[in-house]
Amino acid sequence: MDVTSGIPVERTIKPYLIGIVLALILTAIPFGIVAFGALERQTALIVIAVLAVIQILVHLRFFLHIDFKSTPRENLVALAFAVVLICIMVGGSLWIMFDLYHRMMV
Amino acid sequence: MTATAMTVSPQDAAKYEEKEFGFWLYLMSDAVIFACLFATYLVMVGNTAGGPTGNELFSLERAAGETALLLFSSTTFGFAAVALSAGERSRVLLWLAVTFVLGAGFIFLEFGEFAGMIAQGAGPDRSGFLSAFFTLVGTHGLHVSIGLLWILVMIGQVVVKGLTVPVASRLMRLGLFWHFLDIIWVVIFSVVYLPGLL
Repeated sequence: MDVTSGIPVERTIKPYLIGIVLALILTAIPFGIVAFGALERQTALIVIAVLAVIQILVHLRFFLHIDFKSTPRENLVALAFAVVLICIMVGGSLWIMFDLYHRMMV
Repeated sequence: MTATAMTVSPQDAAKYEEKEFGFWLYLMSDAVIFACLFATYLVMVGNTAGGPTGNELFSLERAAGETALLLFSSTTFGFAAVALSAGERSRVLLWLAVTFVLGAGFIFLEFGEFAGMIAQGAGPDRSGFLSAFFTLVGTHGLHVSIGLLWILVMIGQVVVKGLTVPVASRLMRLGLFWHFLDIIWVVIFSVVYLPGLL
């Protein structure tokens, strides 16, 4: 995708085909793990989480066409800022709530 | 209409880039809203108040079907974007229509899931877990519904106005929105359905 006129120009369907194939693989593995109970719970949760993060990167790269060359710098900064905010809010909420939970149960 | 017909003046190009940046900021803030709903869900997931758990309520087959529909709809929207760049109006309309049908199939499955849960007394008022579940997944479903409405509006604009620069610019933002919802769904099946059924 090149942005020459303000309207992104996408010439081929190739990135979408790569994206869908990778996404289907990265979806089939975690669903398969749950369907066949292949791994113990803790390991399975970690594998599901890691594959989800990889799949998000695949979507950003092949469907949303985010890269370090053609994507405007401000968009990347906004994305990075959102990721930081999300980590603070989700991580912080879980830390506080489960810490509270353990203290209340003692 | 050919691709060359879509060249715009530098001022207009700057305008459309600004619009896309503004829409990107909206998407990022929407991601933060979803992150809060995910955090709430993770805190509440154990609070079933003696009611049904995710393991009893969720269906792996249905979740897989919903996932497949959204994934393929993201791809078909990509095909519409490529047809748009090639200036092929009928193919843009075709792929937008296919995307709409896939998205509508997703909403149909989700609506059936919600209705079935509420019918068996597992509505949002049953427990903290179910309140968080319906808020999180329902908010995503609402976004997809709005996306479907937007697709219909854009089909109308392509038919009436043709592939003009403003229409193309709107279609690109709709694409960002649609692909973004697919990413949120990846997190939903990884955080809600799969751990619930494990």
